[in-house]
Amino acid sequence: MENNILQLITILIPGLPLLGFILHYIFNDKISEKISGMHATLWVFLAFILSCTVFYSIGDKGQIQTHLFSWINTGDLNIPMAFIIDQLSSIMMLLITGVGSLIHIYSIGYMHGDKGFNRFFAYLNLFIFFMLLLVMADNYVLMFVGWEGVGLCSWLLIGFWYQNQEYNKAANKAFIMNRIGDLAMIIAMFLIFNQFGTLIIQDVISEATVPGSLHIHLGGITLLLFIAATGKSAQIPLFTWLPDAMAGPTPVSALIHAATMVTAGIYLIIRNNVLFSMTPDTMTVIMVTGIVTAIFAGSIAVKQNDIKKILAYSTVSQLGLMFFALGLGAYAAAFFHLITHAFFKALLFLGAGSIIHGLHGEQDIRKMGGLHRYMKTTHWVYFIGLLAIMAVPPFSGFFSKDGILIAAYHKSPLLWGLGLASGMLTVFYMMRSYLLVFHGDSRVEKDTMKHIHESPPVMTVPLILLSVLALLGGIINLPHIFHGNTWLQHYLTPILTEGSIHADIALEYILMGISVSAVALVSYFAYRIYIVKGAVPSENNETQGFLSQLLSSRYYVDEIYQAVIVQPFYKISAFFYNILDLKIIDGAVNGLGKLSFFISGHAKETQNGNISYYLFAMALGMGGILFLFLLF
Amino acid sequence: MLTLFIILFPFVSAAIILLSPSEYTKKLAVASGLGTIGLTLVAMGNYQSTQADKIWELNLPWIKSLGISFHVGMDGISLVMLMLSSFVTLMAVLTSLNDKFAKLPLYYALLLIMQGAMNGVFVSLDLFIYYIFWELALIPAYFLILMWGDGETRMTTIKFFLYTLMGSLFMLLGIIWLGNMGPSAGYDINTIYDLVIGKDRQLYIFMMFMFAYAIKIPIFPFHTWQPDTYTKAPVAVTIMLSGIMLKMAIYSIIRWVIPVVPLAVEVYGKYFILAAVVGILYASMIALVQKDLKRLFAYASIAHVGLITAGILTVTKTGVQGGILQMLAHGVNVVGLFYITQILRRYKGTNEITAFGGIRITAPVFAGFYMVIMFGSIALHLTNGFPGEFMLLNALYQTYPWMSLVAASGVILGAVYMLVSYQKVMSGEIPDGDGGVPALNNIDKLVFIPVILMILAAGLFPQWIMNISDGSVDKIINLYQTEVNTFLNK
Repeated sequence: MENNILQLITILIPGLPLLGFILHYIFNDKISEKISGMHATLWVFLAFILSCTVFYSIGDKGQIQTHLFSWINTGDLNIPMAFIIDQLSSIMMLLITGVGSLIHIYSIGYMHGDKGFNRFFAYLNLFIFFMLLLVMADNYVLMFVGWEGVGLCSWLLIGFWYQNQEYNKAANKAFIMNRIGDLAMIIAMFLIFNQFGTLIIQDVISEATVPGSLHIHLGGITLLLFIAATGKSAQIPLFTWLPDAMAGPTPVSALIHAATMVTAGIYLIIRNNVLFSMTPDTMTVIMVTGIVTAIFAGSIAVKQNDIKKILAYSTVSQLGLMFFALGLGAYAAAFFHLITHAFFKALLFLGAGSIIHGLHGEQDIRKMGGLHRYMKTTHWVYFIGLLAIMAVPPFSGFFSKDGILIAAYHKSPLLWGLGLASGMLTVFYMMRSYLLVFHGDSRVEKDTMKHIHESPPVMTVPLILLSVLALLGGIINLPHIFHGNTWLQHYLTPILTEGSIHADIALEYILMGISVSAVALVSYFAYRIYIVKGAVPSENNETQGFLSQLLSSRYYVDEIYQAVIVQPFYKISAFFYNILDLKIIDGAVNGLGKLSFFISGHAKETQNGNISYYLFAMALGMGGILFLFLLF
Repeated sequence: MLTLFIILFPFVSAAIILLSPSEYTKKLAVASGLGTIGLTLVAMGNYQSTQADKIWELNLPWIKSLGISFHVGMDGISLVMLMLSSFVTLMAVLTSLNDKFAKLPLYYALLLIMQGAMNGVFVSLDLFIYYIFWELALIPAYFLILMWGDGETRMTTIKFFLYTLMGSLFMLLGIIWLGNMGPSAGYDINTIYDLVIGKDRQLYIFMMFMFAYAIKIPIFPFHTWQPDTYTKAPVAVTIMLSGIMLKMAIYSIIRWVIPVVPLAVEVYGKYFILAAVVGILYASMIALVQKDLKRLFAYASIAHVGLITAGILTVTKTGVQGGILQMLAHGVNVVGLFYITQILRRYKGTNEITAFGGIRITAPVFAGFYMVIMFGSIALHLTNGFPGEFMLLNALYQTYPWMSLVAASGVILGAVYMLVSYQKVMSGEIPDGDGGVPALNNIDKLVFIPVILMILAAGLFPQWIMNISDGSVDKIINLYQTEVNTFLNK
């Protein structure tokens, strides 16, 4: 295709959702729900079609560059508004607009009747715009625009039902924790500029790879970028906002807090993988943070009773697994898991949304049970999502998780064991929630029971499409031992630094065998507890042991942050205001003022109304000043 | 002559307002605001961005024996400041249209006199003239707060007046000293720029000037007059004070400090940067615990202007350009922020944060405007706050990395106090016994819409503003570099 047509297309891809947002903003009150939902979806779907054409032409062209205008250009600082699309961004664009379209369609049903319906779609469109900007940016600052922009949309959508102050608090918490990460990113940019004299991503990377070039602060740069990623991708220590972010409508949880935005941190590291590969210390930090987060969040999920909170901790845990893979240098494996996770986690969230919709807002799994009888389609798609996230072959999650485990094994069998352990936690908490929701006796409250219903086709059709993706998504990177050709890995080769692992086929079969049997074993274990014994989590926590108390209270992380950071900080601030500012600094100023009034009170005698005396004093003063000048 | 028009226009308008019947007052004030915007646009239209020299210079001898002449003219930096001044003044006039003040003609006349004096500061090319305009601007501000301020204003205004006046007197001493330093007395900018001043004397003069500016801006710990004054002043005057008047001081650092005493800036500038940077953290923390929204915005303003000052004192191209950009952004944003407090006050007679809630329910448009202004203020990208803040922090980082980290704390804390107060005021449920804030009237929209447009435009196209000041900034930095390098080579 002609280059200038392609460039036009790359402008249209983020431009169309932005147009959708602007149109919503202008005609907010004037358009009906139907028109609002349909045209919002249309823009994203068109962007998806265009992304497909871009994806096909990347195959022969390698990359497309588009320069819009010079944004900030002064001194040696030059930041253009420009896009660059390569293999990595083209896949991200497909993911964002593809999954985005499905979630838009689903939302038409889910948000039906909400008085903020049009506003919701405006925000969703804006989100798609910023997310596209993030992955298409040619420089760090523009990437940061997208980076903070998706944070803005996240804030808007978590606090969507703004009359509830708890939701607003959750929104603010998300924004502020993300800002801590954002600050790390800003400082990373300054350091990059200091070291490389440019903020164009490609220039930085090609500069860094010049043989013999030595950049002493590279470790600092990658560490700061990683801190930025922990904010956006909810890793330890900045993960506590994501579970609270479930206050937003469920499609938001699926789109922003599972499939796209929270993966931005992983994207950031893959985008800069050349720099990261040069700094092994940072890689170790990433690996450790990743696996610790995966196990930590997974263990919390085991004791949660809110269906969305379980999925939220699951997301934190799965993202941890991706970081684990990044830390191992298995970028393609991490990206593969990012894609399959986007499919199955979006599916699970939307499935959960369908349940919540059918139960009129109920989210507590203790008040569900036996739902497979009432919501057949939802049950089946949720079941597919469940098998995918549990890594049951041949579902997509199996292949992507397997890639990570094999990479871990090549580093050390211990790491493989840890990865497997986090996988087992996943199996357990997912089975637990699945069995408690869909099987056993119904514990649904009587009033709700009367109205229980399956969701309309506008919601179930996207669910079915996503379940197809969750089932077949593994095809894109099928390993050689299944006669695949690891397409994704090959496709990303131009931008990745990793070498391919030459694995022993027998070993791979053995490792796979172990993980599959572990999945089966843990599933059976969960089945024994929740179906055979019919256990239901108790209402109060008091009777529980120490460990389960610790888990159901999420290790008290929020409480610790409050007590150690937030409260003392507010106390110091109050001290600054009440004592230092009002009493000491202002007191000193007022004191000086009073002192001068006191002195002038005594000097009043000189104000005797005698003009010649004034003139004399004036002359004396002038003389004094002149004398001073002569002196210097 | 155009320069003279830009100074005189507001003064003449003020006189006309005082002489005309009071039913024309508001119309005349708006017309005057539009008129100065027109004049500024004419000047900008004729300005070549590559042209660093002063244009429309006017040099009339005044007191020959003392070497004082009425020398005025504009360069790129002055033009940006005039753009700010005329925009903010028009907005200040518009924000007052809803008020039912006594002695309206006098009120508007004083506002315009203040503008005229401040315009004089931005175009003066003679230190003495500059000082006259500088002090002249203070007098209308004093009467405006005293007469139309909120509650007991006498002590607040006296403190504001005496404190800033005291600073200015030190500057006056410095000015007289500078004027008499050459072979013959002279205050003309060219004479002053050509002076060769020893390093020690540079320090004394630097201190005299910076003392005045540190109070006026204000920089920590000279800021304690500011929260009371901003809180008690009528909103239009708060807007004038924070939107334009404090920028006189920052502008003066660029015009009268950096090129005149470069060695002192090179050696001692870092202490002021330190004070400003500490002030960012300090004021942001204090803003966290404020219960009054207007006072919160006042402390937030200390944090913002601290960053501008720190960035400019690095005397790098990015720092100075970022500072100019941010002066404009801050000026636009305070119009919005303080006008928000006025609307809240009009409706409930207070700015206590806890008195409000659920305003989004009844006034969604207002909430939307507030949101955009808030994000401009916390420098979200694609708003006017971002390019400037990014450039300032970057300049600071490249010069003093550790100080920039302290300064950057404002990035996080700014989000905290702004978002939390927004949440409390605008979201949630409407408090009991409260009908909800009515939708905005047309005058409100007339204020907010230009502010929002400026926020978005300057966020997307900051280059357009930077191009205007580009050449002039280069010139000043060259002057600075040349002298510093000559000294270092000795």
